Amino acid sequence: MDTVIQISYFIAAMLFIFGLKRMSSPVTARDGIVWAGIGMLVATLITFFAPGMENYLLMTTAIFVGGIAAYWSGKKVAMTDMPQMIALYNGMGGGAAGAIAAVELLKDDFHSQTFLTLAVLGALIGSMSFSGSLIAFAKLQGWLRRPLRFPGQQIFNIALFLFAAGCGALLVTQGEINGTTILIFFTAALAYGVMMALPIGGADMPVVISLFNALTGLAVAFEGFVLNNAAMIIAGTVVGSAGTLLTQLMAKAMNRSIGNVLFSSFGASSDAEADSVEGSMKPIDATDAGVMMAYAERVVIIPGYGMAVAQAQHKIQELMTLLLARGVDVKFAIHPVAGRMPGHMNVLLAEANVPYERLYDLDEINPAFPQTDVALVIGANDVVNPTARSNPDSPIYGMPILDADKAKNVIVIKRGQGKGFSGVENVLFFGDHTRMLYGDGQAMVGELIEAIKTL
Amino acid sequence: MIEGMTALYIFMLSAFTGYEIIGRVPVILHTPLMSGSNFVHGIVLVGAMVAMGHATSPLELTIGFIGVALAAGNAVGGYVVTERMLQMFKRGKGSN
Repeated sequence: MDTVIQISYFIAAMLFIFGLKRMSSPVTARDGIVWAGIGMLVATLITFFAPGMENYLLMTTAIFVGGIAAYWSGKKVAMTDMPQMIALYNGMGGGAAGAIAAVELLKDDFHSQTFLTLAVLGALIGSMSFSGSLIAFAKLQGWLRRPLRFPGQQIFNIALFLFAAGCGALLVTQGEINGTTILIFFTAALAYGVMMALPIGGADMPVVISLFNALTGLAVAFEGFVLNNAAMIIAGTVVGSAGTLLTQLMAKAMNRSIGNVLFSSFGASSDAEADSVEGSMKPIDATDAGVMMAYAERVVIIPGYGMAVAQAQHKIQELMTLLLARGVDVKFAIHPVAGRMPGHMNVLLAEANVPYERLYDLDEINPAFPQTDVALVIGANDVVNPTARSNPDSPIYGMPILDADKAKNVIVIKRGQGKGFSGVENVLFFGDHTRMLYGDGQAMVGELIEAIKTL
Repeated sequence: MIEGMTALYIFMLSAFTGYEIIGRVPVILHTPLMSGSNFVHGIVLVGAMVAMGHATSPLELTIGFIGVALAAGNAVGGYVVTERMLQMFKRGKGSN
């Protein structure tokens, strides 16, 4: 039986790698997840036959409890809320890795000091990822609005981390593992995860979630060593390294380093900045905006998180169809970090049946802006802020942006006069050729459609 | 039993594999891929099951139960969310 189990784990590991590989190309992505899913099914089912197992009834109950809750929430959640769901499920994985370590520590039956060390490391990383992901979830869900910052925070966090790591070291070196130390160790690790995620602003969350994702992978791999489970080692390590690279790519798309995301007080200097913008925001009504777009030759639509929140993607698709029918060339400019995650906008627009070929990324679309008659910004802010190009003092300086300000006319659909997630005032909104269309994204695009239809 | 050096080799090769897989991924796939890799570490379920299956004291059993439930949530939720996200790509392809 043991051989059958080992072979099954081998197959599962292979299917995971194969599935991930398929997922890294748009053409094959869809069946990638299915292959990985089969791998998971094989590995899970065969584990029921692992030698010396007990508590089957409770175990099956636990699988059903966790599985059904996740299935239900995953099916029900709106496409716009996907990022926080990823954070939530990722946190659960980290928590599970921590739980494995806790059980193993309580049993205190390690083959060697190395396994004990790995168990403790996995517990530390897994617990951090668990509590940190939950904070990320709460932030994206809107339960936690403002980043929490206080003087000396970094030193406090470093101290907390060292304390957690110190407790871990104590567990490893102590001859006999004692319950109190385990408890303090886990509490400190969980607390560190919370403190690590709290100061980070919403705009940086994707990078952080990706990092926690990589960390969970690593924790799983470490616990895999402890349990002598090759499938866990391989899958966990692959996710750990793939996730690390993905985190780097995301940070790079925002022109920031991971360290910068984690440790800088992004947006802290915004108050000093608020008064420095000259000019005023000039409003426009939907009828005029509709006319402007209907008689334009080239329109570029720039969606941001606001579009996702307003669920305006279907209306946007309708607007696109209408404009195309009138012979207007419509393109979509997708900033790498528009929305809450790279690719977030693409997914939403694809859901609304906007064809791929109309979506352009930053490098492709930027040269086209000077020939663009109308740039329609819907719910995007920081990614079109020219300050990132011009003002070296700005916290977003250096971030690549969409050059919407170079279009002949800019229409911005926006709820109010608030700032973007970075807290930086947007110079674009004050531009001479910029008009503000205030209101809910979906409602406003609806009015634009009506306006164009009556022409 | 996986021996020390063998374990290290597995670790090293897996790390390179992960790095290679992500190599040149278009930005549009970043989110689905993060979600997909999130699903893959749901394999922690297997470990949680083993830990719970060998639990002896009520405390171990309780923690094991929580671990299995969390891990099942990771695996199932990760799959559902990724699948839903990737479904968008299929439909987007066909039209126009």
